[in-house]
Amino acid sequence: MFEKALSGGRRYWAWIVSLLVVIGVGAACWYWQLSEGLAITGLSRDVVWGFYIAQFTFLVGVAASAVMVVLPYYLHDYRAFGKITILGELLAIAAVIMCMLFIFVDMGMPARILNIFLHPTPSSMMFWDAVALGGYLVLNIVISRVTLGAERRGDPPPHWIKPIIILSIPWAISIHTVTAFLYAGLAARPFWLTAIMAPRFLASAFASGPALLILLALVVRKVSDFDPGRQAIRALATIVTYAMVANVFFVAVELFTALYSGIPEHVSHFAYLFMGLDGEATLAPWMWTSAVLAVVALVLLLNPGSRSSEASLVVACVAVFASLWIDKGLAMVVAGFVPSPLGRVVHYSPTTPELAIGLGIWAAGLLVVTVLFKIALEVRGHLRPRSR
Amino acid sequence: MHDAAKIVGGLVLFAAVMTSPFWYNALTAAPAAAPALDPPPNGSKECVEPRAYMRANHMDLLNEWRDLVVRAGERSYVSTANGRAFDMSLSRTCLDCHSNKADFCDRCHTFMAVDPPCWDCHVEPKEAP
Amino acid sequence: MDASRRGFLKIAGLSLVGAAGGSTLVAAIGEPGMAAESLTADPPASGRRLAMVIDLRKFGHDGELVERCIRACHRAHNVPDFGADRKNEIKWVWAEDFELIFRDEEFRYLRRDLQGKPTLLLCNHCDNPPCTRVCPTKATWRRPADGIVMMDWHRCIGCRYCIVACPYGSRSFNWADPRPHLESPHADFPTRTRGVVEKCTFCEERLARGGQPACVEACADDEIVFGDLNDPGSKVRRLLAEHLAIRRKPGLGTRPEVYYIVEDPRTLVETAPAAVVPGAAENDHV
Repeated sequence: MFEKALSGGRRYWAWIVSLLVVIGVGAACWYWQLSEGLAITGLSRDVVWGFYIAQFTFLVGVAASAVMVVLPYYLHDYRAFGKITILGELLAIAAVIMCMLFIFVDMGMPARILNIFLHPTPSSMMFWDAVALGGYLVLNIVISRVTLGAERRGDPPPHWIKPIIILSIPWAISIHTVTAFLYAGLAARPFWLTAIMAPRFLASAFASGPALLILLALVVRKVSDFDPGRQAIRALATIVTYAMVANVFFVAVELFTALYSGIPEHVSHFAYLFMGLDGEATLAPWMWTSAVLAVVALVLLLNPGSRSSEASLVVACVAVFASLWIDKGLAMVVAGFVPSPLGRVVHYSPTTPELAIGLGIWAAGLLVVTVLFKIALEVRGHLRPRSR
Repeated sequence: MHDAAKIVGGLVLFAAVMTSPFWYNALTAAPAAAPALDPPPNGSKECVEPRAYMRANHMDLLNEWRDLVVRAGERSYVSTANGRAFDMSLSRTCLDCHSNKADFCDRCHTFMAVDPPCWDCHVEPKEAP
Repeated sequence: MDASRRGFLKIAGLSLVGAAGGSTLVAAIGEPGMAAESLTADPPASGRRLAMVIDLRKFGHDGELVERCIRACHRAHNVPDFGADRKNEIKWVWAEDFELIFRDEEFRYLRRDLQGKPTLLLCNHCDNPPCTRVCPTKATWRRPADGIVMMDWHRCIGCRYCIVACPYGSRSFNWADPRPHLESPHADFPTRTRGVVEKCTFCEERLARGGQPACVEACADDEIVFGDLNDPGSKVRRLLAEHLAIRRKPGLGTRPEVYYIVEDPRTLVETAPAAVVPGAAENDHV
């Protein structure tokens, strides 16, 4: 099936090559990081997790969002999702690969990564996160390979794949629950020490993932004759709406608890995020942008007219994705460290090589999405081989 | 078989290229001299274990010492050969006798193209002024 | 693909998964100390519980003694000096203002002698350490025999989760190669590499040779006292019984084992050397 990814028109190859260039730049920067150490990033003694881990945290949600198409289709026979389920599963594969790459480039001794499995430590949430992510990757690869392979032969999928697909549903929930648990159980970090962390992760995952899926499906519809169908897009838009409402509500209740209680060690992190502390206000413009984007998204999504119009739906999905990317992919992780346990306000912003490596990994993820989507679409006959 | 000549010819070429290090060295190079290791500068004649054992197993012995010292907190090693007790330390015991790393450890390691990461952390004792 | 080849691949795949999962399970069960560690570890009844008592009455405001302790520690352990570079700095023990270390107290109108007093801080070797709970490889763990929170620099993968989990900021990460920042490393203690986390280990290597921690040895008059809390006759126990001592953020449940005596320095009495009581752990040889 993979040979299908090696044939394509000029547009396809131009896209692939540009992705490879970005990946190449990222790889070169990573090679530099391997020889110089993580000192080339913006991380410091007080802010030890930053851009890489934040991207991983955000992408875990995108990976888990496949469940939002798998669950209705397989558990509730929601036929409208029939065409789009495979795209959700393939997007999950790409997202998990990106998660693993972001963790890998963040490690001080990446050659020792197998120590996590050679010396398993059940008390550590990071151990369980490694197990969950690895298992989820295997699950989605198996599921998409088997179902796509059966489709190509014109057969129905084998019966034993059904329980595996059902397993992927609670497993998807577990991958970002365990990622939330990475943060939510730490007495040292009051900003994260909140029970709403896992529900917030779920809500933002189910908003940002399907939003991305809608955008990808519309792009695919443009470059091929694959059409997920109006009903599928509408259902996904409804899911994004409810999830975004839940997410904004969760943020609001967090703000209430912190600000109303007035406890300094809770208030200070929100103050840092939205207003800056001790002159350090790098994230403030980002936070307000995220808030405005969230409002714009909600206005467009809650209004049935703008939700069903594709043009405004696209704007809403971009707003949702961007708003949540800022929230989880920039703000949440860094704000846990500022102020530090000793009350120190430290500046953090990713350096250029750090961003280049991050961009390279995003390009790698897009490459995986492109290749896998190309294979799937050709198997389904939505792409005719172009005659030169 | 179609194109038999090309296929068989290609296979022969492939085999020749892949085995080239062996037959090239057999035909041209002189046998490499085995590395000569300098004896300990302090004149000590007895190592932790016999020479043949150390040659074959010093890596495993050091790994064992590492886990015993760091993870189990044990520091005393009793030699199976001579019954003496040694402090399990690369820098303080091994390099106490083999104090010139370049003339001892590096000789074989360089010959075998082996780069053990021990020296990233474990410090060589300074050459006596 | 014909049926037999597919069947072979199926069996091969399942065997691989089974082998990987099985060996993980065996490793998890066989790993020493895992069964003993519970999430709410109670202090062991047997064995030693090492702790440190820092008598702030005996530290001045000039920070001279504090500097001596820091230098002794960092020299003994080849800790690199990054100078003014606070981004990449490594510190095992260092000093901050008293009010900063005990921020949660929100001190107002603090007694004069404690205002702005440079106070030593280091790893607290907690009895219920959050850092060891989160380490995915057990590169850091709590030694049941004496309570020391130990580091294995051969195993650390540099994920820095322990730093995230530590409420005290005691740990440092090697962002860069430490060697260029070490003037002359000595062979008595290994340096570390780029990519691993390091911290105070209560000088376990000196304790094993019958010595005391380097910072304790830098003191002249019991400014820092080190010993076994499980020994009722030890100096640390006696100090805690007789003086008011506080710990950093005890409300988090970490049970830190570094105590700070905060009494008024005017309570310091010039004492003659105490009479040696036969059998008492007078010198706390640990």
